[in-house]
Amino acid sequence: MLTVLSYCVLGIFLIGFMGRIIRYARTPAPVKIPTTPAPVTKMGVVWRLLTEVAFFNSLFKSDKLAWAGGIAFHGALVVVLIRHVRYFVDPLPAFFAPLQIIGIVAGLAMAGALGFLFLRRVLFERVRFISSLADYLILLLLLGIAFSGLLMDFLLRPNIVAIKSSLLNMWTTVTALPPATSPGDYMFLMHLMMVGLLLIIFPFSKLMHAGGIFFSPTRNQVDNPREVRHINPWAEQ
Amino acid sequence: MADYEVPQVTDDITTPCLKTGTMAHMAPYPAMPKHMEPFGFPGERVENWQQKGVEKLGELLKKYRSLQVYLDICVKCGACTDKCHYYLGTQDANNMPVQRAELMRSVYRRYFTPAGKLFPNFVNAVEFDEETLGKWFTYFHQCSQCRRCSVYCPFGIDTAEITMAAREIMNAIGVGHKYSLEIVSKVHEIGNNLGIPKPALKGTLSFLEEEILDSTGHDVRLPVDQEGAEVLLVAPSADFFSEPHIQSLMGYAKVFHQAGISFTVSSYASEAANFGMFIGSYEQQRKVAMRVVEQARDLKVKRLVVGECGHAWRVAYSFWNTLNGPFDFLDPRYPAPQHICEFTYDLLQKGALVLDKEANDAHVVTFHDSCNVARATRMGPKAGGQFEIPRALIRAVCNHYVDMDEETIREKTFCCGGGGGLLTDELMELRIKGALPRVTALKRVMEHDKVNFVALICAICKAQFTKILPMYGIPMDTVGGVHQLVSNAIVLGAKKGVI
Repeated sequence: MLTVLSYCVLGIFLIGFMGRIIRYARTPAPVKIPTTPAPVTKMGVVWRLLTEVAFFNSLFKSDKLAWAGGIAFHGALVVVLIRHVRYFVDPLPAFFAPLQIIGIVAGLAMAGALGFLFLRRVLFERVRFISSLADYLILLLLLGIAFSGLLMDFLLRPNIVAIKSSLLNMWTTVTALPPATSPGDYMFLMHLMMVGLLLIIFPFSKLMHAGGIFFSPTRNQVDNPREVRHINPWAEQ
Repeated sequence: MADYEVPQVTDDITTPCLKTGTMAHMAPYPAMPKHMEPFGFPGERVENWQQKGVEKLGELLKKYRSLQVYLDICVKCGACTDKCHYYLGTQDANNMPVQRAELMRSVYRRYFTPAGKLFPNFVNAVEFDEETLGKWFTYFHQCSQCRRCSVYCPFGIDTAEITMAAREIMNAIGVGHKYSLEIVSKVHEIGNNLGIPKPALKGTLSFLEEEILDSTGHDVRLPVDQEGAEVLLVAPSADFFSEPHIQSLMGYAKVFHQAGISFTVSSYASEAANFGMFIGSYEQQRKVAMRVVEQARDLKVKRLVVGECGHAWRVAYSFWNTLNGPFDFLDPRYPAPQHICEFTYDLLQKGALVLDKEANDAHVVTFHDSCNVARATRMGPKAGGQFEIPRALIRAVCNHYVDMDEETIREKTFCCGGGGGLLTDELMELRIKGALPRVTALKRVMEHDKVNFVALICAICKAQFTKILPMYGIPMDTVGGVHQLVSNAIVLGAKKGVI
């Protein structure tokens, strides 16, 4: 069961995500539209995109609160994801040991940042106005994932040894099943199901901003239309 | 003239609270069959317009990566909600960039995404119906395609791309915007937006030659259709017709005269502006721009110089090479095309011009960065030259220069309120309200720094401000071109160009 579900979820996510990315990559950008001032070299564009993705430069310019919430959430998410490698690798390399405490702090930060972003969406008039049910659902789903994860750390310890062994086996053994005896084990199942749901909606939702940003013509184009002739593939020549 | 309610100008630009529908009444005049049919657009709304509109959207999604990516990836963070001058001036929720885009995104979801097909209410997906089309026609004509939102969006989502697509879709189903289409028609029929025929153009230019001769004693030429000239000057046609635009035209002529570089205006391509962009049509942009390229070849010029016009410079700088390039028949030592500010600045660097700054001593000058120049183009070799070169020119020709608030200049500049095909009288209320942020910043330097001249490099900004600023109690003659200041300061006959 776990194996089949995992393959389905991962399949939907990977095929869906790659499908969108391939679509973005294949759709032509007929003209040059970088938002200027823009880099005049390719290396400059790489730098613009990397710093945009790492530091959210544009958001910093426009909305300091959204920036703070956004950068805290995404930064914490990265650390939390790295920490989760421990559940999929055996034996665990020695350098993972000190990551444990950093990861848990990041988990707290992630929940805090999500809570802040949720409150911002509810309390700020303009942001509330533009929000649909789906926008709230995605935040709630992420909050649910964060809280269930933290609960397992602080209150309801699941049988982590059994869980890890089922995770390690689930790709190869059809009968792999996580333990389901303690409340912690059930918490883990909920955690896993919410992650699965998030992965399923990922390619069909605004979550595609991860990946999509690299195809944003206003950010990824070199400002050199006079120097290099940009060709529109669908124009009659 | 009708009475308009002019907003109260405060000391700072403030974000107003949200209202719905304050501008729902403000749609432009629809195009009639005679405006639509010359372009191959249906004269009237087609019978199966819903299906055709959705099909057109599907077609554009395959042709424009910007549209496909931008309809997908908005996370509704709200960072853009207080960035549009039309929102700041009107409070209308649909003038928040994200909400304007939502008008199209909600349709996109309904017909092109699984979530929108399965759970339309949950993800806010709507039918492309009468109500939606009404909102499209109204609010996609309340966007001046100024791209301010794209500066602030964490993903660079450019509402101008969405507005252009919306207008193209509406044209495809027979729902057009009269003003913009009329103007593109005039270019095809006569050669320019204003419909100035060749004899009138010739008459105006020889009149200006006489005027310069009378006032300065120098025989500065303004030739038309002169084969073999070094430079083809492509100016917005308002430069041949309107005040204060015409002052800049005389400035360009004086610069050419002093540099000793021959130039000509073309009566066939007497327009730098390209409203093909405003209606979102690649094909119309190409056709309008093609006239310039044809004339450059026919008149055997070696360089192309573009006059003071914001979106024209965007089309020329960013698109000409793609639309009708390559420009390998021109002199490779110069950028093709070149902005008149680049051209004059280059001469200044070479010491070809003598300037008397004191001629502008009556002016305390500020510079309004035109949206399209600021956020969609460059001047000179370095990023940001579009901000520095016009400022360097102004500083070279006058003694008193002050910038407006940092948050309202360079790439953060506010649109004048009349760009994007909205410079039409039936949208006057929108134009007045949309100018509010710019007027606020301007009034502040007028009060604190005694600024009495706002220098512009855009024909639309000039036309918009001469009409709107007086309504805010700012004299009309506060507005002028950068080359108007150059024209005042340039010392004719001082020494001939160095080239």
